[in-house]
Amino acid sequence: MIVEFGHFSVVAALLVALALGVVGHVSAVNSVWRSLVATLASCQLLLLAIGFAVLVRAFLVSDFSVAYVAENSNSLLPWYYRVSATWGAHEGSFLLWILIMGVWTWAVSLGCRRLPDEIFGRVLGTMGLLNFGFLLFLLSTSSPFERLLPAAPPEGADLNPLLQDFGLIVHPPLLYTGYVGFAVAFSFAVAALIGGRLDAAWARWSRPWTNVAWAFLTVGIALGSWWAYYELGWGGWWFWDPVENASFMPWLAGTALIHSLAVTEKRGAFKSWTALLAIAAFSLSLLGAFIVRSGVLTSVHAFAVDPERGLFVLALLAIAVGGALAIYGVRAPTIMSRARYGGFSRELLLLVNNAILVVALAFVLHGTLYPLAHEAMTGGEKTSVGAPYFNRGFVPLMCVLACFLALAPVARWKRTPLSLLKNSGLMCVAALCMGLVLPLVLGGAFKVGAAVAVALGIWIMLVHGADVWRRRNSTTRGYLGMTIAHIGFAVALMGIGVTSEFSREVDVRMAVGDSVELNGVTYRFAALRRIEGPNYVADRAEFVTDSGVHLYPEKRHYPVRDQVMTEAGIAAGFVRDLYIALGSALPDGAWGVRIQDKPMVRWVWLGALLMAFGGVLAVTDPRYRRLRATDGLREARGSPWATSGAGPEPSAGEREGAPLARRKREPKAPAVGHSPTT
Amino acid sequence: MNTRRRNRLVAIVFVLGGTAVTAALVLTALDENINLFYPPERVVGGEAPAGVTIRAGGMVADGSVEHDDSGLGVSFVLTDYQGSDFVVRYVGILPDLFREGQGILVTGELDDERVFQASQVLAKHDENYMPPELAGIAEAESSTPPDPHAGAP
Amino acid sequence: MNRARLFIPMAVFAVLACFLFLGFTLRDPHELPSALIDRPFPDFDLPILGKPGARATRADLVGQRRLVNVWATWCPTCLAEHGELSRIANETGLSVIGINYKDDPSEASRWLARHGDPYDYNIVDVSGDFGVEIGVYGAPETFLVDAEGTIRYKRVGDVNEDIWREELQPAIAALEALR
Repeated sequence: MIVEFGHFSVVAALLVALALGVVGHVSAVNSVWRSLVATLASCQLLLLAIGFAVLVRAFLVSDFSVAYVAENSNSLLPWYYRVSATWGAHEGSFLLWILIMGVWTWAVSLGCRRLPDEIFGRVLGTMGLLNFGFLLFLLSTSSPFERLLPAAPPEGADLNPLLQDFGLIVHPPLLYTGYVGFAVAFSFAVAALIGGRLDAAWARWSRPWTNVAWAFLTVGIALGSWWAYYELGWGGWWFWDPVENASFMPWLAGTALIHSLAVTEKRGAFKSWTALLAIAAFSLSLLGAFIVRSGVLTSVHAFAVDPERGLFVLALLAIAVGGALAIYGVRAPTIMSRARYGGFSRELLLLVNNAILVVALAFVLHGTLYPLAHEAMTGGEKTSVGAPYFNRGFVPLMCVLACFLALAPVARWKRTPLSLLKNSGLMCVAALCMGLVLPLVLGGAFKVGAAVAVALGIWIMLVHGADVWRRRNSTTRGYLGMTIAHIGFAVALMGIGVTSEFSREVDVRMAVGDSVELNGVTYRFAALRRIEGPNYVADRAEFVTDSGVHLYPEKRHYPVRDQVMTEAGIAAGFVRDLYIALGSALPDGAWGVRIQDKPMVRWVWLGALLMAFGGVLAVTDPRYRRLRATDGLREARGSPWATSGAGPEPSAGEREGAPLARRKREPKAPAVGHSPTT
Repeated sequence: MNTRRRNRLVAIVFVLGGTAVTAALVLTALDENINLFYPPERVVGGEAPAGVTIRAGGMVADGSVEHDDSGLGVSFVLTDYQGSDFVVRYVGILPDLFREGQGILVTGELDDERVFQASQVLAKHDENYMPPELAGIAEAESSTPPDPHAGAP
Repeated sequence: MNRARLFIPMAVFAVLACFLFLGFTLRDPHELPSALIDRPFPDFDLPILGKPGARATRADLVGQRRLVNVWATWCPTCLAEHGELSRIANETGLSVIGINYKDDPSEASRWLARHGDPYDYNIVDVSGDFGVEIGVYGAPETFLVDAEGTIRYKRVGDVNEDIWREELQPAIAALEALR
């Protein structure tokens, strides 16, 4: 009965989502309805939470009469994996997606309650309609509440062993929070377009939401990469797999978006472009869902394949994105903004940033969808696009991006005095020297990729560090957030460059007692034991290095699914990871063993975490709270929100407190001698 | 030139430049990095070129896996159970799910003796996942163990 | 003119969506044409479930139109289709042979005792080798084999009322018409 109650609760949420969609848009015109909007949003969240809790409970008590539980759980599974098994396959993970959408909707209804009726209603209305679509999809094609009655199986088929892991407990919720969070930016853009008010205020309202969603997505992707690194047993951390690309493309669009939003907020420029990016970021999230859930592309991460579901997601994608783009076509302003900026200005740099990110995005999108297009055009000839394709285009693009990033702290709005560039140039030379020398000295070989990455990374760090020092008495959280995120990018860049160029690996045949040397470290195969886990048995090897590090790679066998899994033995370190994976047992009792030495691989994820932290820190800038309060005041005075013309407001940035912030951030004289490097 | 006109010019330059860069990157990078897929029938039939990186797939024929006496070399036969078999040679660690009767994807080159020298061997990653490339030659696909999804509507 | 330009993103998206749709519909992963259709059911010589020492061969299969159903106790969907299979066996008198696939035979016998046994007999394929020969993806799968021992139809997934009505029955009717 409890399961049916959960099912019913989700059906009720469907109706509430539809009601929210309608009432939200109506309340934009007739504010009588406004008070109902927030209630509906809370109500929706409550119903979804009940539905989700019921499903989690079914897993915890191993209720195998529920088909979804029977297919993805087992009574031998430890309780924490039973909980995470809830989102271990398509149905439950989509319910989680919807629940997170409910949380975002509720958060917007709280966080934006002081916004004008028009925008408040339309944002929440749009989110309600989106969630209605999601719920319709869930309930009609993939309900997790279906029962196997009258005959419930006595035991479940177990969770895929690949997913029995800490990384997979937290990875999907974080990733979905990011994906779905872009729905807020999307809804803000749609609301602003409908109202014909693409302006600085709109940009400022959607900025914090976009930042938070982007930060979650960043952490989610980093976790996924980390999981692939230690769980798939290959020691790689990025494979350009279609499903990885599916999460990376919204990230690229989102990164472009948070930068473009800055220009729109501060200078009132790039408005239509920003709106388009907001639509694109969420569209790409939906595209990702389509790729993962339709099985249209080959991937090791894809869910079970079902054509009906794929078509439904595609239809959802077409309606949501097509609709938003149609509104864009009808409502976007045709007049160019009148914001002025000079040859070398922050506007121009951000424009370059956007151009590079969008080119990178188009490039990845092309590589991801190419096999599909090829098959359609040749009548079934199958291809795949390898990682070299992606690296060939993506790496140079990111290097160019890094060059411009190193100029970011120096650039000013409108026009940058060239004298400011001098310091940055000096640091560039210093960084170049270090980039040439450091990898050579520490790595023992000259590698172009590593040298470029280290030089660029150090340059970015020097420039940002010097700038923070110069402004040490007048930093805002927004500024610090940006700096930390940029330094995170530099850290990731250096990690990627070094680990790609200096990683070493050997595949060897080893029996107990054998030793192998790799990159100056000797690894001895010390012992092999058979151990028993809760739901698996494993061969556990012990390797000892000459410096006394112990590594314990395992080969696990999960009997319920008769599946074999490699657990890598990893000695993690800030400077380098030692990584051992067991291959297969060979006929004479020896083992195939893969040994890897991966310098600085942790920097990749550390950089991503810094980026995410920076994004969140910027949101806590009191500026956003203060300005929102002012907007409320303005609204109370009945000021200009009622006008719904499509006219641009070039001076919006000027009017709304931006000059104050800017004055604070731009001391007249660049303090040249203050950088810590000179 | 006034600011507005210049800004518009900048926008146009960026759009055109971006498109050009994208197209250039796509074309140069794609050139050598797409790997066509060949089922066993076309490998055996001589349609697959030698000396070019391609992908092929099939089922590992029963009893065909031979490990070298030393080192990690292994050879096995990929078959479609329809009479088309070819030999694959690989040096390295085989994936966890590699076993006889299993659907396998290999990336590599055909050498002069028409032996497939694989640089990468991929197995189905779990029972819910079937490389779509293999679906077409799946008539004799071995089933993996417990697959509750196979019948799920 | 300016307004029209604003619809460019939508046009781009429309093209992309068409590609996705085409690529998606061209490759229907559930449609797995079996090369075994209209081919003879492969030879086999396997033990019979619950009858120690007894073996079944292809010769036992021919002479009568039959459903051959691949099942296992670890497969929840098999249980879900069990009712419909029992109904078919009881109401239509069609002979149903089971292939107990990659399973523990003693558990399989218990399972049949608990849920009813619609099968004439069950062939035991513990290793799954025979499954390979008949191209099994997983369980459940069901074959329609005619009196000459030729495979006429294959269903990957569960047999339910709809499948019976819309696919199996017409396939059987087609066989009738041929005679």
